[in-house]
Amino acid sequence: MAEVDETMKRLQNQKGVQGIIIVNAEGIPIKSTLDNASTVQYAGNIHQLLMKARGIVRDIDPQNDLTFLRIRSKKNEVMIAPDKDYFLIVIQNPTE
Amino acid sequence: MPPKRPKSKVIKEKEKKNETPDEGASESAHPEHIFPLVLTSVTQELFGCRADEDVTGENPFKLLRKEDIVQDMKTRAAVSDFSPVKHIVLEYPEDELLLVFDRDFTYGQCFYLVLTVEAKDNMMKSPAQADDDEEPMKDEEEHVMEPKTPESHPWISQGSEQEIEDESLTHARPRLRYKISPLMRHCGAPVCFSDGNDGYVECSSYEDKSFSITRMERDTSIQASRDTTHSSTQTLWKYPKNMCTQYEPREFSPEEKEHHLRSENLKNFITSVAIRFERSLQQNVISDVFCDDWTVLCEDDGVPTGKTETQLKEYQSFMDLHFSREKSISHVHWHPSISGVIAVAMTERLSLEERIDNSTKLLLNPSYILFWSFTDPINPQLQLECPEDVLCFQFCPSDPNIIAGGCINGQVVLWDISAHVERLQDTRSGGDNISNNLDKNDVIPVVRYCAVSGIENGHKAPVTDIQWLPETFELSRFGIPVENSSRVCVQMVTCALDCCVLFWDLRLPRAVSQSLTDVKQKSEEKPPENPHGVPNTFKHLNLTWKPFIRVSLPKIGSTGEYSPLKFSFRDNTVDYITGDKPPQDAEREEVCGFAQLRVPSAKQQKPLENISTKLYVGTEDGELVYTDWKMEKDNDSGRLFSAKPTHQFLAHHTLVNTVSRSPFFKDIILTVGSFGFAIWKEGVMSGPILMSACSKVMCTIGHWSLTRPALFFIGKKDGTIEVWDLLQNTHEPSQTQNISTASITCIRSSSACGKHHLLAVSDRIGTLHILQIPWTLRKSSNNEKKNVRKYFEKEEERLEYFEKRQIKHEKHKKEMEAEQLKKKTEPAVPLKPDEELEAEALKEYEQFLALEKIVLKNMGLLTDTIDQSDL
Repeated sequence: MAEVDETMKRLQNQKGVQGIIIVNAEGIPIKSTLDNASTVQYAGNIHQLLMKARGIVRDIDPQNDLTFLRIRSKKNEVMIAPDKDYFLIVIQNPTE
Repeated sequence: MPPKRPKSKVIKEKEKKNETPDEGASESAHPEHIFPLVLTSVTQELFGCRADEDVTGENPFKLLRKEDIVQDMKTRAAVSDFSPVKHIVLEYPEDELLLVFDRDFTYGQCFYLVLTVEAKDNMMKSPAQADDDEEPMKDEEEHVMEPKTPESHPWISQGSEQEIEDESLTHARPRLRYKISPLMRHCGAPVCFSDGNDGYVECSSYEDKSFSITRMERDTSIQASRDTTHSSTQTLWKYPKNMCTQYEPREFSPEEKEHHLRSENLKNFITSVAIRFERSLQQNVISDVFCDDWTVLCEDDGVPTGKTETQLKEYQSFMDLHFSREKSISHVHWHPSISGVIAVAMTERLSLEERIDNSTKLLLNPSYILFWSFTDPINPQLQLECPEDVLCFQFCPSDPNIIAGGCINGQVVLWDISAHVERLQDTRSGGDNISNNLDKNDVIPVVRYCAVSGIENGHKAPVTDIQWLPETFELSRFGIPVENSSRVCVQMVTCALDCCVLFWDLRLPRAVSQSLTDVKQKSEEKPPENPHGVPNTFKHLNLTWKPFIRVSLPKIGSTGEYSPLKFSFRDNTVDYITGDKPPQDAEREEVCGFAQLRVPSAKQQKPLENISTKLYVGTEDGELVYTDWKMEKDNDSGRLFSAKPTHQFLAHHTLVNTVSRSPFFKDIILTVGSFGFAIWKEGVMSGPILMSACSKVMCTIGHWSLTRPALFFIGKKDGTIEVWDLLQNTHEPSQTQNISTASITCIRSSSACGKHHLLAVSDRIGTLHILQIPWTLRKSSNNEKKNVRKYFEKEEERLEYFEKRQIKHEKHKKEMEAEQLKKKTEPAVPLKPDEELEAEALKEYEQFLALEKIVLKNMGLLTDTIDQSDL
């Protein structure tokens, strides 16, 4: 538990990081640094996108798998790292 | 194939009988190579040859491996079904034996085992053969019909053409053609008709009963058609209904979350994944890959080409013949809500002595605040009557109908123009109104002041600056900011040359309220008097109004007081503790008037933190004083007195005529003295962060631009306006422009005036110029705020560096002095007694003489005799 906290803190202290969310494989958030409404919104939407992205990668080459997904928008960047049971979302605003 | 099987079987039998007589002969009896077997269900399952399941009538063959059979025999010994054929199986040369399911019990049992290899091959082949034989037969039959295209034969008559010939209609003889025409002479001749009965035989038809023909054959045609039916359906139309679903996202309970967070899986996941994140996060911070340098570059030069005007263009100027003659404008203020309306305070251009001389004349000519509107450049829209010349005034931020002004005699005046607001708004709508309602416009309404402060309690010198406190907080008697429950501006601050800053409250103090309720009852009985058409908004204050806080400005380090000219406090906005700010309209209806408002008791009010109570005051002597307005209680006498100012800086050497905060940075202050300006940062106590060079012409007024953080305007005594751009030049203005011939008294820019950005400039001869700010001066570039802030920070650092160097210098100097002192106080070389000194000197002299002799001798200048005589 302490390691989880420590790692989250380390990520949070990076420049420009706005929020971190840990979500389980079904899209239910476990831990988050944002408020509840945003967390739930991010978790639900990103879960769907992640499934789709993973499907695309494996469709083209079944041996392949998705390791990292970055979404760059006008205001910030969302980074997602999927895993078998969980995935982690980090939102960063790099040019602040 | 399946339906042919029984045939094939039959055929097979037949064929067998025909083609393989040897086999056929041995068929009926138990042939040699066939061994009928009974297999129990267990055995059947074991070998996968269950009757009617694995092996069927269609598929009777099953190949069994010899080893399996041997195994079975070994395991089950005598019980095994294969025991009768044991020796044959063992002797069998191949690996697989053929077991055939005998559906029809031809050999007496349901299974039979084929014992020889060749029989097995024959068996396997023969059904195939049988099929093969059958197919060519079939093919032959079909072969005749299909592959060949029918050949055409000549038609052989069989008697059918006779009927066809009978039916058809043919010409028996060729057709005859007749052409009949009357004689030429009859053509065109008049015609003469007459009755003619003779030679006319009629044959009418009648029914002859002796003769009848019945039709034997009838040609009819028949067409088959379906039964037609009519049918219809109607869909059920339901009324459209709005339906909605409400859903909630799935969430974990805290225990589940805990459980997850503790799991080993999550730990591993996070540690493995964090590296990826750190790399990407750092990448993003290092450089923005998606930033388009090209577009960012050109944004700075966003000026549409062709529009190269940089000068302030004159849009309109207002000058009233009646009221502006020989008067100067002391203060200008845009109406905060109605665009295109500006208010101007006119004062006499007389010095004190002249005022005293002309006092009688001045009494007869009252001074006014004029309201100008863009729609009518000749006549002002509204006049506010003032008791004396007004040097400064302000619209109330929460209610633009209230105007507060400070007079030259120290009084503070309040006006309420709510009755005339429609008029001001009407004039905005267009010129049609003006031409139609000439009556209205002939008489410019004069609004008398609602309330004026008492002369004894107010200032004793001309009020030079007045400002409203924002509606977010109010001050208690001690100067502590507390929450303002009424959400309107109720307090204001004034300063005057009598060395004090006064705080005024628009509401009645609580102590007086008791007696006032009686008075109110009395006044409610009879209708309140309303002379001059003055609204009653501030009747409670008239002539009795006095300030509730008096802040004096004692000098630091010496006696006496500072005399303030202008001041500026921090614009503090507060988040409301009790929920969001209620809608403005609702509040307006609830608040019945300032008369009903009472100063709440000190206990009810909650002090607010985060509000800065510090004040910057520019004085008559050119100092900028930083003080706190909170009152302290003197323990001995119980009286309140104000604290000494914390800092003062002598920035300018003559009076400070502007102290104004930048609208973009809350801690940057611009002060303008007579020969230059200075920019200060709140919190930096050592001095101004920027100080301009002395200018040749006196500066009279300064004003920050409302749209560009780096821009401000300085008005000069010769009627020019200088535009200073901090990002371009700090040693000289980026632009100068002459506006009028007299000195500029006030500059104000409007925050929103339709599509124009306008600058109002007033001068000493009473003319108000409205100038248009060109694009370059009002459009801020993207990073301007950031750049300006960086610049200020740089300057601040420079100041700090200076200070540090100063300190270092001091230290160094001290060290130097200390060293010198040290040198002086070192023990001196011991003095030898005089005799010794003489002896030494004599010895040296003798040595010298000896040396001289030797030298002269060597040079041959001395003779021996002289030497000896000398000796």
